[in-house]
Amino acid sequence: MEITLMLNGKKITANVEADTILLDFLRSKGCLSVKRGCETSGCGLCTVLMDGKPILSCSTLAVRADGHEIFTLEGLRDEASDFVDFIADQGADQCGFCNPGMVMNTIALLRENPDPTDDQIRAFLAGNLCRCSGYDGQLRGIRNYLNSRNI
Amino acid sequence: MITIQKYIRVQSLEEAWELNQKKNNRILGGMLWLKMGRANVNTAIDLCDLGLEKIEESDDAFSIGTSVTLRQLEMHKGLNTYTCGAVREALSSIVGVQFRNMATIGGSIWGRFGFSDVLTVFLTMDCYVELYKGGIVPLPDFAVMKRDRDLLVRLIVKKTPAKFVYTSMRNQRTDFPVLACGVGYVNDEYRVSVGARPGQAMLLRDTDGILANGISLSASDAFAAFAAEAIPTGSNVRASAAYRTHLIRVLVSRALTELGGL
Repeated sequence: MEITLMLNGKKITANVEADTILLDFLRSKGCLSVKRGCETSGCGLCTVLMDGKPILSCSTLAVRADGHEIFTLEGLRDEASDFVDFIADQGADQCGFCNPGMVMNTIALLRENPDPTDDQIRAFLAGNLCRCSGYDGQLRGIRNYLNSRNI
Repeated sequence: MITIQKYIRVQSLEEAWELNQKKNNRILGGMLWLKMGRANVNTAIDLCDLGLEKIEESDDAFSIGTSVTLRQLEMHKGLNTYTCGAVREALSSIVGVQFRNMATIGGSIWGRFGFSDVLTVFLTMDCYVELYKGGIVPLPDFAVMKRDRDLLVRLIVKKTPAKFVYTSMRNQRTDFPVLACGVGYVNDEYRVSVGARPGQAMLLRDTDGILANGISLSASDAFAAFAAEAIPTGSNVRASAAYRTHLIRVLVSRALTELGGL
Protein backbone atom coordinates (compact mmCIF):
# COMPACT_ATOMS: atom_id res chain seq x y z
CA MET A 1 0.00 0.00 0.00
CA GLU A 2 1.20 3.51 -0.74
CA ILE A 3 1.28 5.93 2.16
CA THR A 4 2.17 9.60 2.30
CA LEU A 5 3.06 11.32 5.52
CA MET A 6 5.11 14.15 6.94
CA LEU A 7 8.14 12.67 8.69
CA ASN A 8 10.19 15.12 10.71
CA GLY A 9 8.92 17.97 8.58
CA LYS A 10 9.48 16.32 5.21
CA LYS A 11 6.81 14.83 3.00
CA ILE A 12 7.54 11.23 2.14
CA THR A 13 5.72 8.59 0.14
CA ALA A 14 6.43 4.90 0.56
CA ASN A 15 5.02 1.46 -0.11
CA VAL A 16 4.34 -0.67 2.95
CA GLU A 17 2.64 -3.94 3.73
CA ALA A 18 -0.73 -3.75 5.51
CA ASP A 19 0.82 -5.13 8.69
CA THR A 20 4.06 -3.15 8.70
CA ILE A 21 4.50 -1.69 12.16
CA LEU A 22 5.25 2.04 12.31
CA LEU A 23 8.35 1.37 14.42
CA ASP A 24 9.88 -0.79 11.67
CA PHE A 25 8.89 1.71 9.00
CA LEU A 26 10.51 4.60 10.86
CA ARG A 27 13.72 2.68 11.48
CA SER A 28 13.83 1.75 7.78
CA LYS A 29 13.74 5.48 7.08
CA GLY A 30 16.79 6.07 9.26
CA CYS A 31 15.03 7.11 12.44
CA LEU A 32 17.10 4.88 14.71
CA SER A 33 16.15 6.75 17.87
CA VAL A 34 12.89 4.78 17.70
CA LYS A 35 13.69 1.57 19.53
CA ARG A 36 12.02 -1.76 20.07
CA GLY A 37 11.52 -2.48 23.76
CA CYS A 38 8.73 -4.52 25.28
CA GLU A 39 6.53 -4.67 22.17
CA THR A 40 3.57 -4.98 24.52
CA SER A 41 2.75 -1.26 24.62
CA GLY A 42 4.07 -0.94 28.13
CA CYS A 43 7.57 0.59 28.15
CA GLY A 44 7.35 3.81 26.11
CA LEU A 45 10.67 3.19 24.37
CA CYS A 46 9.18 3.53 20.90
CA THR A 47 7.37 6.83 21.59
CA VAL A 48 6.91 9.16 18.63
CA LEU A 49 4.61 12.12 18.12
CA MET A 50 1.70 11.66 15.74
CA ASP A 51 0.01 14.99 15.02
CA GLY A 52 1.72 16.27 18.16
CA LYS A 53 0.51 13.51 20.47
CA PRO A 54 2.80 10.87 21.93
CA ILE A 55 1.97 7.36 20.74
CA LEU A 56 3.62 3.95 20.75
CA SER A 57 5.03 3.17 17.34
CA CYS A 58 5.42 -0.53 18.24
CA SER A 59 1.64 -0.87 18.31
CA THR A 60 0.69 1.35 15.39
CA LEU A 61 0.34 0.20 11.81
CA ALA A 62 2.39 2.27 9.38
CA VAL A 63 -0.70 2.57 7.16
CA ARG A 64 -2.45 4.41 9.99
CA ALA A 65 0.17 7.16 9.70
CA ASP A 66 -0.98 7.86 6.14
CA GLY A 67 -1.97 11.53 5.92
CA HIS A 68 -0.53 12.33 9.35
CA GLU A 69 2.53 14.10 10.72
CA ILE A 70 5.12 12.03 12.58
CA PHE A 71 8.02 13.38 14.56
CA THR A 72 10.82 11.28 16.01
CA LEU A 73 13.69 12.53 18.12
CA GLU A 74 15.72 13.07 14.93
CA GLY A 75 13.33 15.87 14.03
CA LEU A 76 13.15 17.44 17.48
CA ARG A 77 16.80 17.68 18.46
CA ASP A 78 16.71 21.43 19.03
CA GLU A 79 13.65 21.23 21.27
CA ALA A 80 15.18 18.32 23.20
CA SER A 81 18.54 20.00 23.58
CA ASP A 82 16.92 22.55 25.89
CA PHE A 83 16.59 20.00 28.70
CA VAL A 84 18.56 16.81 28.00
CA ASP A 85 21.75 18.21 29.52
CA PHE A 86 19.90 18.78 32.78
CA ILE A 87 18.91 15.10 32.78
CA ALA A 88 22.47 14.03 31.95
CA ASP A 89 23.78 16.23 34.77
CA GLN A 90 21.81 14.08 37.19
CA GLY A 91 23.34 10.88 35.82
CA ALA A 92 19.87 9.91 34.70
CA ASP A 93 20.86 8.88 31.21
CA GLN A 94 23.01 5.89 32.33
CA CYS A 95 22.77 3.29 29.56
CA GLY A 96 20.62 5.66 27.52
CA PHE A 97 18.40 3.01 26.00
CA CYS A 98 15.15 4.47 27.33
CA ASN A 99 16.20 8.08 26.71
CA PRO A 100 14.68 8.73 23.28
CA GLY A 101 11.23 7.60 24.39
CA MET A 102 11.46 9.51 27.65
CA VAL A 103 12.70 12.65 25.90
CA MET A 104 9.89 12.45 23.32
CA ASN A 105 7.29 12.12 26.05
CA THR A 106 8.87 14.97 28.02
CA ILE A 107 8.58 17.17 24.92
CA ALA A 108 4.88 16.25 24.72
CA LEU A 109 4.46 17.01 28.43
CA LEU A 110 6.12 20.43 28.23
CA ARG A 111 4.11 21.39 25.16
CA GLU A 112 0.88 20.48 26.94
CA ASN A 113 1.87 21.80 30.34
CA PRO A 114 4.88 24.14 30.33
CA ASP A 115 5.09 24.33 34.12
CA PRO A 116 4.18 20.94 35.54
CA THR A 117 4.38 19.95 39.18
CA ASP A 118 6.50 16.98 40.21
CA ASP A 119 3.37 14.84 40.50
CA GLN A 120 2.28 15.89 37.01
CA ILE A 121 5.71 14.97 35.65
CA ARG A 122 5.57 11.57 37.34
CA ALA A 123 2.05 10.94 36.04
CA PHE A 124 2.85 11.97 32.46
CA LEU A 125 6.03 9.91 32.31
CA ALA A 126 4.54 6.87 34.05
CA GLY A 127 4.47 5.02 30.73
CA ASN A 128 8.24 5.32 30.23
CA LEU A 129 10.16 2.56 31.95
CA CYS A 130 13.83 2.83 32.89
CA ARG A 131 15.69 -0.19 34.23
CA CYS A 132 18.97 1.34 35.34
CA SER A 133 18.94 4.93 36.52
CA GLY A 134 15.61 4.90 38.30
CA TYR A 135 13.24 7.77 37.97
CA ASP A 136 14.32 10.30 40.55
CA GLY A 137 17.28 11.46 38.49
CA GLN A 138 15.04 12.07 35.49
CA LEU A 139 12.63 13.98 37.67
CA ARG A 140 15.43 16.07 39.21
CA GLY A 141 16.79 16.86 35.75
CA ILE A 142 13.44 18.03 34.43
CA ARG A 143 12.82 19.99 37.64
CA ASN A 144 16.21 21.70 37.38
CA TYR A 145 15.48 22.62 33.77
CA LEU A 146 12.11 24.08 34.73
CA ASN A 147 13.66 25.99 37.63
CA SER A 148 16.37 27.38 35.34
CA ARG A 149 13.67 28.75 33.04
CA ASN A 150 11.88 30.41 35.91
CA ILE A 151 14.91 32.31 37.20
CA MET B 1 1.83 -11.98 16.43
CA ILE B 2 -0.74 -10.85 13.93
CA THR B 3 -0.60 -10.73 10.19
CA ILE B 4 -2.84 -8.50 8.10
CA GLN B 5 -3.46 -9.02 4.39
CA LYS B 6 -5.47 -5.88 3.62
CA TYR B 7 -6.19 -2.57 5.31
CA ILE B 8 -9.26 -0.51 4.49
CA ARG B 9 -10.37 2.88 5.75
CA VAL B 10 -14.10 2.47 5.39
CA GLN B 11 -16.28 5.35 4.26
CA SER B 12 -19.52 4.29 5.93
CA LEU B 13 -20.76 2.21 8.83
CA GLU B 14 -22.56 -0.05 6.37
CA GLU B 15 -19.28 -0.78 4.59
CA ALA B 16 -17.64 -1.53 7.94
CA TRP B 17 -20.51 -3.78 9.01
CA GLU B 18 -20.48 -5.73 5.75
CA LEU B 19 -16.73 -6.29 5.91
CA ASN B 20 -16.97 -7.26 9.56
CA GLN B 21 -19.35 -10.14 8.83
CA LYS B 22 -16.42 -12.19 7.57
CA LYS B 23 -14.79 -14.15 10.36
CA ASN B 24 -11.21 -13.30 9.43
CA ASN B 25 -11.80 -9.56 9.23
CA ARG B 26 -11.31 -7.29 12.24
CA ILE B 27 -12.36 -3.82 13.27
CA LEU B 28 -9.36 -1.84 14.51
CA GLY B 29 -9.66 0.07 17.75
CA GLY B 30 -6.42 1.26 19.33
CA MET B 31 -4.94 -2.11 18.27
CA LEU B 32 -3.26 -2.51 21.64
CA TRP B 33 -5.00 -5.70 22.66
CA LEU B 34 -5.36 -7.05 19.12
CA LYS B 35 -1.61 -6.85 18.61
CA MET B 36 -0.95 -8.90 21.74
CA GLY B 37 -2.75 -11.92 20.33
CA ARG B 38 -2.18 -14.30 17.47
CA ALA B 39 -4.35 -13.79 14.43
CA ASN B 40 -4.25 -13.96 10.68
CA VAL B 41 -6.44 -11.03 9.75
CA ASN B 42 -7.68 -10.87 6.21
CA THR B 43 -8.97 -7.28 6.23
CA ALA B 44 -8.27 -4.77 8.97
CA ILE B 45 -11.17 -2.33 9.06
CA ASP B 46 -10.28 1.20 10.16
CA LEU B 47 -13.12 3.53 11.20
CA CYS B 48 -10.88 6.60 11.33
CA ASP B 49 -12.61 8.42 8.44
CA LEU B 50 -16.09 8.23 9.99
CA GLY B 51 -15.83 11.19 12.36
CA LEU B 52 -16.30 9.03 15.44
CA GLU B 53 -13.36 10.53 17.34
CA LYS B 54 -15.47 13.27 18.96
CA ILE B 55 -17.13 13.77 22.33
CA GLU B 56 -20.31 15.76 21.82
CA GLU B 57 -21.99 17.33 24.84
CA SER B 58 -25.61 18.41 24.82
CA ASP B 59 -27.88 19.61 27.62
CA ASP B 60 -28.87 16.07 28.55
CA ALA B 61 -26.10 13.72 27.44
CA PHE B 62 -22.54 13.07 26.32
CA SER B 63 -22.23 11.28 23.01
CA ILE B 64 -18.84 9.58 22.80
CA GLY B 65 -17.77 8.27 19.38
CA THR B 66 -16.29 4.79 19.29
CA SER B 67 -12.87 6.11 18.19
CA VAL B 68 -12.52 8.56 21.08
CA THR B 69 -9.33 7.78 22.97
CA LEU B 70 -9.05 7.19 26.69
CA ARG B 71 -6.87 10.29 26.89
CA GLN B 72 -9.63 12.43 25.36
CA LEU B 73 -12.02 11.12 28.02
CA GLU B 74 -9.48 11.72 30.78
CA MET B 75 -9.02 15.34 29.67
CA HIS B 76 -12.66 16.21 28.90
CA LYS B 77 -13.75 18.92 31.30
CA GLY B 78 -17.50 18.43 30.92
CA LEU B 79 -17.40 14.69 31.43
CA ASN B 80 -15.12 14.96 34.43
CA THR B 81 -17.23 17.68 35.99
CA TYR B 82 -20.34 15.54 35.57
CA THR B 83 -18.65 12.41 36.93
CA CYS B 84 -16.97 14.24 39.83
CA GLY B 85 -13.57 13.27 38.36
CA ALA B 86 -14.41 9.56 38.39
CA VAL B 87 -13.59 9.08 34.70
CA ARG B 88 -10.19 10.76 35.11
CA GLU B 89 -9.48 8.69 38.21
CA ALA B 90 -10.43 5.48 36.43
CA LEU B 91 -8.33 6.12 33.34
CA SER B 92 -5.25 7.92 34.58
CA SER B 93 -3.51 4.78 35.86
CA ILE B 94 -3.90 2.83 32.63
CA VAL B 95 -0.31 2.28 31.45
CA GLY B 96 0.90 5.67 30.18
CA VAL B 97 -0.19 8.75 28.27
CA GLN B 98 1.01 7.26 24.99
CA PHE B 99 -1.10 4.15 25.53
CA ARG B 100 -4.16 6.23 26.42
CA ASN B 101 -3.66 8.32 23.28
CA MET B 102 -4.20 5.13 21.31
CA ALA B 103 -6.68 2.98 23.26
CA THR B 104 -10.25 3.77 22.23
CA ILE B 105 -13.49 3.71 24.15
CA GLY B 106 -14.96 1.46 21.46
CA GLY B 107 -12.19 -1.10 21.75
CA SER B 108 -12.35 -1.06 25.54
CA ILE B 109 -16.11 -1.36 25.87
CA TRP B 110 -16.56 -3.80 22.97
CA GLY B 111 -13.84 -6.04 24.44
CA ARG B 112 -15.65 -6.25 27.80
CA PHE B 113 -12.28 -7.13 29.30
CA GLY B 114 -12.16 -8.46 32.83
CA PHE B 115 -9.41 -6.05 33.84
CA SER B 116 -11.19 -3.02 32.42
CA ASP B 117 -11.32 0.17 34.47
CA VAL B 118 -13.28 1.64 31.57
CA LEU B 119 -16.23 -0.76 31.73
CA THR B 120 -16.20 -0.60 35.53
CA VAL B 121 -16.56 3.18 35.70
CA PHE B 122 -19.17 3.54 32.95
CA LEU B 123 -21.33 0.78 34.46
CA THR B 124 -22.07 3.07 37.39
CA MET B 125 -23.64 5.67 35.08
CA ASP B 126 -26.90 6.04 33.18
CA CYS B 127 -25.05 4.80 30.14
CA TYR B 128 -25.95 3.17 26.82
CA VAL B 129 -24.17 1.82 23.79
CA GLU B 130 -25.36 2.52 20.28
CA LEU B 131 -24.89 -0.52 18.07
CA TYR B 132 -25.11 -0.15 14.30
CA LYS B 133 -27.69 -2.93 13.87
CA GLY B 134 -28.68 -3.53 17.48
CA GLY B 135 -29.75 0.00 18.31
CA ILE B 136 -29.39 1.59 21.72
CA VAL B 137 -28.77 -0.87 24.55
CA PRO B 138 -28.19 -0.12 28.26
CA LEU B 139 -24.53 -0.74 29.07
CA PRO B 140 -25.25 -3.33 31.81
CA ASP B 141 -27.26 -5.35 29.25
CA PHE B 142 -24.55 -4.98 26.62
CA ALA B 143 -21.91 -6.14 29.10
CA VAL B 144 -23.55 -9.56 29.35
CA MET B 145 -24.74 -9.86 25.74
CA LYS B 146 -23.46 -12.69 23.58
CA ARG B 147 -20.67 -11.40 21.37
CA ASP B 148 -21.64 -10.89 17.75
CA ARG B 149 -20.33 -9.02 14.71
CA ASP B 150 -22.27 -5.79 15.13
CA LEU B 151 -20.49 -2.43 15.41
CA LEU B 152 -20.28 -0.23 18.45
CA VAL B 153 -20.89 3.28 17.12
CA ARG B 154 -20.90 5.37 20.26
CA LEU B 155 -21.38 5.44 24.01
CA ILE B 156 -24.12 7.66 25.40
CA VAL B 157 -23.89 8.94 28.97
CA LYS B 158 -27.08 10.65 30.07
CA LYS B 159 -26.69 13.61 32.39
CA THR B 160 -29.01 12.11 34.95
CA PRO B 161 -28.51 13.87 38.32
CA ALA B 162 -25.74 11.84 39.92
CA LYS B 163 -22.58 11.65 41.97
CA PHE B 164 -19.73 9.22 41.37
CA VAL B 165 -16.59 7.92 43.04
CA TYR B 166 -13.99 5.59 41.53
CA THR B 167 -11.15 3.79 43.21
CA SER B 168 -8.92 0.84 42.46
CA MET B 169 -6.15 -1.22 44.00
CA ARG B 170 -3.01 -1.89 41.97
CA ASN B 171 0.14 -3.74 42.91
CA GLN B 172 2.00 -1.13 40.92
CA ARG B 173 1.03 2.04 39.10
CA THR B 174 0.28 1.41 35.39
CA ASP B 175 -0.40 -2.30 35.97
CA PHE B 176 -3.84 -3.90 35.60
CA PRO B 177 -5.94 -3.35 38.72
CA VAL B 178 -6.14 -6.07 41.34
CA LEU B 179 -9.65 -4.81 41.94
CA ALA B 180 -11.57 -1.86 40.53
CA CYS B 181 -14.59 -0.25 42.13
CA GLY B 182 -16.99 2.45 41.00
CA VAL B 183 -19.97 3.73 42.93
CA GLY B 184 -22.70 6.05 41.77
CA TYR B 185 -25.81 7.66 43.16
CA VAL B 186 -27.89 7.99 40.03
CA ASN B 187 -31.46 9.20 40.05
CA ASP B 188 -31.89 8.30 43.73
CA GLU B 189 -30.41 4.84 43.17
CA TYR B 190 -27.08 3.50 44.43
CA ARG B 191 -25.06 1.55 41.89
CA VAL B 192 -21.84 -0.29 42.70
CA SER B 193 -19.63 -1.73 40.00
CA VAL B 194 -16.74 -4.06 40.73
CA GLY B 195 -14.22 -5.00 38.05
CA ALA B 196 -10.98 -6.96 37.74
CA ARG B 197 -12.50 -9.64 39.99
CA PRO B 198 -10.60 -10.73 37.77
CA GLY B 199 -13.69 -11.42 35.67
CA GLN B 200 -15.73 -8.82 33.85
CA ALA B 201 -17.12 -5.95 35.91
CA MET B 202 -20.43 -6.62 37.67
CA LEU B 203 -23.04 -4.07 38.60
CA LEU B 204 -24.72 -4.39 41.98
CA ARG B 205 -27.80 -2.46 43.04
CA ASP B 206 -29.17 -1.92 46.52
CA THR B 207 -31.92 -4.51 46.18
CA ASP B 208 -32.12 -5.05 49.95
CA GLY B 209 -32.45 -1.36 50.82
CA ILE B 210 -29.28 -1.33 52.91
CA LEU B 211 -28.64 2.27 51.87
CA ALA B 212 -32.30 3.27 51.88
CA ASN B 213 -31.74 5.78 54.65
CA GLY B 214 -28.63 7.23 53.03
CA ILE B 215 -24.96 6.63 53.61
CA SER B 216 -23.62 6.24 57.13
CA LEU B 217 -20.48 4.47 58.24
CA SER B 218 -22.46 1.44 59.37
CA ALA B 219 -24.58 1.37 56.20
CA SER B 220 -21.43 1.58 54.03
CA ASP B 221 -19.88 -1.32 55.90
CA ALA B 222 -23.10 -3.32 55.65
CA PHE B 223 -23.35 -2.74 51.90
CA ALA B 224 -19.68 -3.57 51.46
CA ALA B 225 -20.24 -6.88 53.28
CA PHE B 226 -23.25 -7.55 51.06
CA ALA B 227 -21.13 -6.81 47.97
CA ALA B 228 -18.31 -9.08 49.13
CA GLU B 229 -20.79 -11.91 49.49
CA ALA B 230 -22.66 -11.25 46.25
CA ILE B 231 -19.75 -10.69 43.88
CA PRO B 232 -17.72 -13.74 42.92
CA THR B 233 -13.95 -13.39 42.73
CA GLY B 234 -11.16 -15.51 41.33
CA SER B 235 -7.41 -15.90 41.61
CA ASN B 236 -4.73 -15.01 39.11
CA VAL B 237 -1.11 -13.91 39.13
CA ARG B 238 -1.99 -10.57 40.76
CA ALA B 239 -4.04 -11.73 43.73
CA SER B 240 -6.02 -14.56 45.26
CA ALA B 241 -9.79 -14.76 45.32
CA ALA B 242 -9.79 -14.36 49.11
CA TYR B 243 -7.73 -11.18 48.88
CA ARG B 244 -10.03 -9.77 46.22
CA THR B 245 -13.08 -10.53 48.33
CA HIS B 246 -11.42 -8.72 51.21
CA LEU B 247 -10.66 -5.80 48.88
CA ILE B 248 -14.29 -5.59 47.82
CA ARG B 249 -15.24 -4.88 51.42
CA VAL B 250 -12.52 -2.27 51.77
CA LEU B 251 -12.95 -0.44 48.45
CA VAL B 252 -16.75 -0.47 48.39
CA SER B 253 -16.91 0.84 51.93
CA ARG B 254 -14.33 3.56 51.22
CA ALA B 255 -16.00 4.61 47.98
CA LEU B 256 -19.46 4.77 49.53
CA THR B 257 -18.12 6.75 52.47
CA GLU B 258 -16.53 9.22 50.07
CA LEU B 259 -19.71 9.36 48.01
CA GLY B 260 -21.65 10.23 51.15
CA GLY B 261 -19.18 12.97 52.05
CA LEU B 262 -18.29 11.31 55.36
